[in-house]
Amino acid sequence: MSYCGILFGIQPNTNKTNMIEIKDLHKSYQMGSNSLHVLKGINFSVKAGELVAIMGSSGSGKSTLLNILGMLDVADSGEYKLDGVTIKDLNETKAAKYRNKFLGFVFQSFNLINYKTALENVALPLYYQRIPRKERQEKALKYLEMVGLKEWSHHLPSELSGGQNQRVAVARAMASEPKVILADELTGALDSTTSYEVMDLIQKINDQGNTILVVTHEDDIAHMCKRIVYLKDGVIIKDEKVKQVRASEYV
Amino acid sequence: MFSRDTWREIFDTLRKNKLRTFLSGFTVALGILIFVSLVGMTNGLMNTFDKFFSQDATNVLYFFPGKTTIPYKGYKSARRIEFENSDLADIKKNFPMFIDHISPRIFRTNLVKYKEESNNYTTIGVDWGQQFAEKTIMMKGRYINVEDVKNKTKNVAIGRLVEQDLFGSTNSIGKYIDVGGSVFKVVGVFQDDGGDNEERQIYLPYTTRQLIEKNTDKIGQIVISFKEELGYTGAMALESNLEKFLKEKKFISPKDQNGIFIRNVAEALKQNQDFAGVLQIIAALVAFGTIIAGIIGISNIMVYVVKERTKEIGIRKAIGATPKDVISNILLESTFITTISGFAGMIVGIAVLSYIGEKLAEDYFITNPYINLGVAIFATVILIVFGALAGYIPAKRAARIKPIIALRDE
Repeated sequence: MSYCGILFGIQPNTNKTNMIEIKDLHKSYQMGSNSLHVLKGINFSVKAGELVAIMGSSGSGKSTLLNILGMLDVADSGEYKLDGVTIKDLNETKAAKYRNKFLGFVFQSFNLINYKTALENVALPLYYQRIPRKERQEKALKYLEMVGLKEWSHHLPSELSGGQNQRVAVARAMASEPKVILADELTGALDSTTSYEVMDLIQKINDQGNTILVVTHEDDIAHMCKRIVYLKDGVIIKDEKVKQVRASEYV
Repeated sequence: MFSRDTWREIFDTLRKNKLRTFLSGFTVALGILIFVSLVGMTNGLMNTFDKFFSQDATNVLYFFPGKTTIPYKGYKSARRIEFENSDLADIKKNFPMFIDHISPRIFRTNLVKYKEESNNYTTIGVDWGQQFAEKTIMMKGRYINVEDVKNKTKNVAIGRLVEQDLFGSTNSIGKYIDVGGSVFKVVGVFQDDGGDNEERQIYLPYTTRQLIEKNTDKIGQIVISFKEELGYTGAMALESNLEKFLKEKKFISPKDQNGIFIRNVAEALKQNQDFAGVLQIIAALVAFGTIIAGIIGISNIMVYVVKERTKEIGIRKAIGATPKDVISNILLESTFITTISGFAGMIVGIAVLSYIGEKLAEDYFITNPYINLGVAIFATVILIVFGALAGYIPAKRAARIKPIIALRDE
């Protein structure tokens, strides 16, 4: 494939410092008069270049953890460091800027803007970085090429298949050249063949040195990562390195 | 904030959401169009009103002879009342302080001939002061004057259409016409805005009319123009005094409503002014209501637009849009479209007014409909501002929503 062996401006953190570091993270939600303690002291760290799956059944707190990591939500207590920067007391504007600079998101339901073409969707994070239009489009096209959708750059999301849409979303997450890519059930809306195709893409991006966190409840998807963190009732019950299953074996 | 890139993004969004763009633009354009047309029409209606009622003199009393219905002082009922020359003299003698002019009006219909052309016209025998009571405007020549009345001359002032009928395009001044068998010299041509009928009338000295009718001293109606300083109350007092005086002189019971009829223009004028005032209030209400309806319309659409875009806002925020980015984007989009369409609606409205203005005048009592440009612009700006405000509040709320919640919202 055309993207093989190319580094897209992402500098892998070669000395394997901690990209994500969280200590004693707590989060509870107020449900009427009851308080629901979702995260009960999470400690873990992710080194640069890792591909980590966060597994757990629904209600285990994995989505909450991802939202906190993604600065879409804030923890009640605990420490969160992203590439050495302590993330706390964020107002909306600051959170938006950090998200834009540090993080790329891939969602279960793709979350592409439906009236924008694939190219425009991929270029949007760069628009918010105030990058000039021409440069934006060149970059966006480069990442679309990487996910194998250069020929589809002027199609709307409604004209693409689910798998293609998710690849556009991956390209969008890559476009701002983030430190970490956060994927929330990225294969949840795809059939298994397409799921493996997308995971193959994720693995290849990881091979280039990008740090990726995948939240999933599917065992096979989790085993395509290099490390699995098991979450249950708000605590980590198991954190193990696994032998990565290459998705390309199934494709 | 106003970089070329921002505008490109806005145009792009507007172009790709045609229905939304059309809806908000159409609402504002329609609101302003209706506002401009309604206000213009009401103004036109008031113009017509002014034209009808404010051009005639307002300080005039008309006395019409009637028929008695009550026996009084030995006279039976059903007696026909007639005014005479002596009545004019007596009124002049008794009310000199209040009266400017007094004139009889003797209406007749005569066959009028000039060369091959002939037609029936209303002729009115008048005193020279009648010109001021009716505010008759001379196009050329002169009105009946003091000398005409004194010397019982055979001079006439004819209406514009009488001249047109009989003389065509030639000048009638100094020519002689046959009025009911007598030859008269045309000394003037007058015009009147009151309608075609008044321009098909002929004025002659009332003394000449009386002479033709075997030197009678009957005078038909009496028209009195009183001093304007009297005002409304003075006019009403003068009216009742003159009524009392004439009834006594003519032996009519004070209770008899039919012996003499009086038309007081001052009274009519006051009613007209009241009516015009009501018309103005209605016009203001219509304008206000239209604007309110427009504001509600654009507000609804803005709230709907922001609601519809909640998910998009969530996506934009997740990939790095700040709340300021989100709000300014929505506001610039909405104000851009409302401004363009608002002023387009305004221009179309003004064009419609000037186009229909010429067509409505005769049939629908709407003369020269117009709208003050300042008022039109003010209304347009009001709609734009409220549209922006109505967009700002939900946009601000949407920008505050955590992206994760906005994204969950399907």
